[in-house]
Amino acid sequence: MEDEVRIGVYICHCGTNITGTVNVEEVAEFVKGLPAVVMAKTYIYMCSDPGQNMIKEDIKQLELNRVVVASCSPGLHEHTFRQAVQDAGLNPYMFQMANIREHCSWVTEDPKLATDKAKALVSAAVRRVYHQQPLDVREVPMTPSVLVVGGGIAGIQASLEVANAGYKVYLVERDPSIGGHMAQFDKTFPTLDCASCIFTPLLSAVGQNPNIELMTYSEVEEVSGYIGNFKAKIKQKARYVDEDKCNGCLVCVEKCPWKASSEFDEGIAERKAIYTPFAQAVPNVPVIDTETCVYFSKGTCRACERFCDPKAIAFDQQDKEVEVDVGAIIIATGYDAFDPSAITQYGFGRYDNVITALQFERLCNASGPTSGKITLKDGSEPKSVAILHCVGSRDKNYHEYCSRVCCMYSLKYSHLIKEKIENAEVYQFYIDMRCFGKGYEEFYERLSNEGVKFIRGKAGEVTDLAINEEEQGKLVVVAEDSLMSAMVRVPVDMVILSTALEPRADAEVVARMFNISRSADGFFLERHPKLDPVATATGGTFVVGCAQGPKDIPDTVAQASAAAARALAMISQGKVEIEAATAVIDEELCSGCKICNLLCPYSAISFDEEKEVSVVNEALCKACGVCVAACPSGAITGKHFTTEQIMAEIEGVLV
Amino acid sequence: MSFEPKIVAFLCNWCSYRGADLAGTSRMKCAPNVRPIRVMCSGRVEPDFVLKALEAGADGVLVLGCHPGDCHYLEGNYKTMRRIALLKKMLSQLGIEDERVRLEWVSASEGARFVSIVDDMTEQVRKLGPFSRRNGGSDG
Repeated sequence: MEDEVRIGVYICHCGTNITGTVNVEEVAEFVKGLPAVVMAKTYIYMCSDPGQNMIKEDIKQLELNRVVVASCSPGLHEHTFRQAVQDAGLNPYMFQMANIREHCSWVTEDPKLATDKAKALVSAAVRRVYHQQPLDVREVPMTPSVLVVGGGIAGIQASLEVANAGYKVYLVERDPSIGGHMAQFDKTFPTLDCASCIFTPLLSAVGQNPNIELMTYSEVEEVSGYIGNFKAKIKQKARYVDEDKCNGCLVCVEKCPWKASSEFDEGIAERKAIYTPFAQAVPNVPVIDTETCVYFSKGTCRACERFCDPKAIAFDQQDKEVEVDVGAIIIATGYDAFDPSAITQYGFGRYDNVITALQFERLCNASGPTSGKITLKDGSEPKSVAILHCVGSRDKNYHEYCSRVCCMYSLKYSHLIKEKIENAEVYQFYIDMRCFGKGYEEFYERLSNEGVKFIRGKAGEVTDLAINEEEQGKLVVVAEDSLMSAMVRVPVDMVILSTALEPRADAEVVARMFNISRSADGFFLERHPKLDPVATATGGTFVVGCAQGPKDIPDTVAQASAAAARALAMISQGKVEIEAATAVIDEELCSGCKICNLLCPYSAISFDEEKEVSVVNEALCKACGVCVAACPSGAITGKHFTTEQIMAEIEGVLV
Repeated sequence: MSFEPKIVAFLCNWCSYRGADLAGTSRMKCAPNVRPIRVMCSGRVEPDFVLKALEAGADGVLVLGCHPGDCHYLEGNYKTMRRIALLKKMLSQLGIEDERVRLEWVSASEGARFVSIVDDMTEQVRKLGPFSRRNGGSDG
């Protein structure tokens, strides 16, 4: 090292978060005795402006050329302090952070032991920074487009925001139409806005926006690349209908003689083998379900083809694969509804008139199979309905979390039943009423005055075994009324199960594909629960809506707009800084064994046949360091995680 | 006073380090014996690092990575899995208890798992007693 190493060390109090257990003054005194340490200070909030200014001043006054800040996790403020040292003229890689909050003060009870551990962590950082070298931050061009995965309200909102700002969006939806769960809803709480009235204009806006390339009936199959430069392979499933020729007259649907259970109507109605999920589908182009269509099993029928004027039926259509380049990705894959047949005591699947929330949503919907008439399986009108809360939520056997929307939609259903059926009795079996949003508590209050009966107690059973005259021919909900401390039996005609929102069945596959994590409940994990709720640990990839956790429509829309703003802020820069800490191979030391060529998961290492050495392509290198650890000649250096630096750190933590 | 082991833990940046952060954010408590060192991927952990830690005064070493299939770098943790298996074999040949080195998977959401691994490893090494560098060799 040519210049004298001059290290400045700053130990943060973080209010009392660190000082609560760590004696920071003792740590500072200890640090002053370490080699090359010029000064050590403590300060109440290092991340504040005065804290950062102190570093900048000291770098100039004391000619510091290395800085260590002992505070929180680098995930939180490494960037802040790198920026601060850079502002003072130092290379940002001449900075090291010691995590004495998350990894020390917060997890240790004994002040003496916490202080000892803090000393070890700071000493490791000091020893490490001694060996750190300046690195050049590299910039690569940013592809000015966004991939949005999922076409429910979250994906639609995000797509429109990005597209309206003038950037290209690829919106990929698995189903034949965009719309997601919101398209199934009748009314929305607490305002009782008609869902179609507020939602269908958005569907059309997506279809008409020239900046949105809509890919329905399509799935992302593979994602590669990194922030600013992702490549996504998308499979467009064959619709067997030519989208360019189809005029959306839907005569084919009318003529098709084959039927299957309707996914969109949650199985309470049928659809044809050639179908659009719902009347306002976007695009308004049907698909053929090859399982049900007789042409695909027997080669006969072809009714749709015969009646199609524009000759749009294309039985020979094949799945297509397209590749798109995008700068950012917004994941809006939504949720699955919990399948209540797992809770056998509620009798779903056994009793005709035990239905799920989404089935009720379709039953109540003016565009649904009954045109909005609430009926029992036999077509008659129910006179009494019980709504069972927390089916699959707040239940250690299924999902511990609260699904957040069920209390409110249950209240909505009560209102709709009361509105449509004169003198109907409605019972709510609840654990706690959670009416937390704007106007929600007021809605609850309103429903309480509409004569809905609230029974505090989780239902234990739904049975058709009558024990008296009154219960004959009814479904009996058995529960403990915990306010009255008494068992109750309530005979009703219909039972609605307020089912939990759960992660998509393939969430694990999706997480892996996009290289993001999931929280313990299975939903996608945000970068920070409070301060970075839509970003993920993978740069340029965002999660919004129920894919991140159960939430209502207002929260979903807010998140979608937030993620769009974040993605726009990124792509509008035109360029992006990427990891400077890549691997580099010393040609003199490389023996040409090619072990690293095979190990690199990104194929970033190739072999120079002429020189007979391996070469790292820095644009492809993600700095994992796998090759560095494997090189038998020690020819590969992992910048910013060099063997020398890590060895020094090991010595440091063991003081 | 009972023996307090020193344990060095290598944590991958994407899963385990964040899992450890979560333990802190959730104010869980764990043994202070484990000293974390951040690496970008558990695949960066050279067997030399483990040996160096033992030589420099550690009584045990933890290597923590993403769960199989969840590696931020696709497959770095599989390489770690193989390396650590070989290293443990070598350690036992040298007469060093291979329980002094442990590879575990901790995801970003598993703060509680991080804590239980730390406590468990601390107990395990405490039972093994101090690592004697003098007697750790083949003449052990």
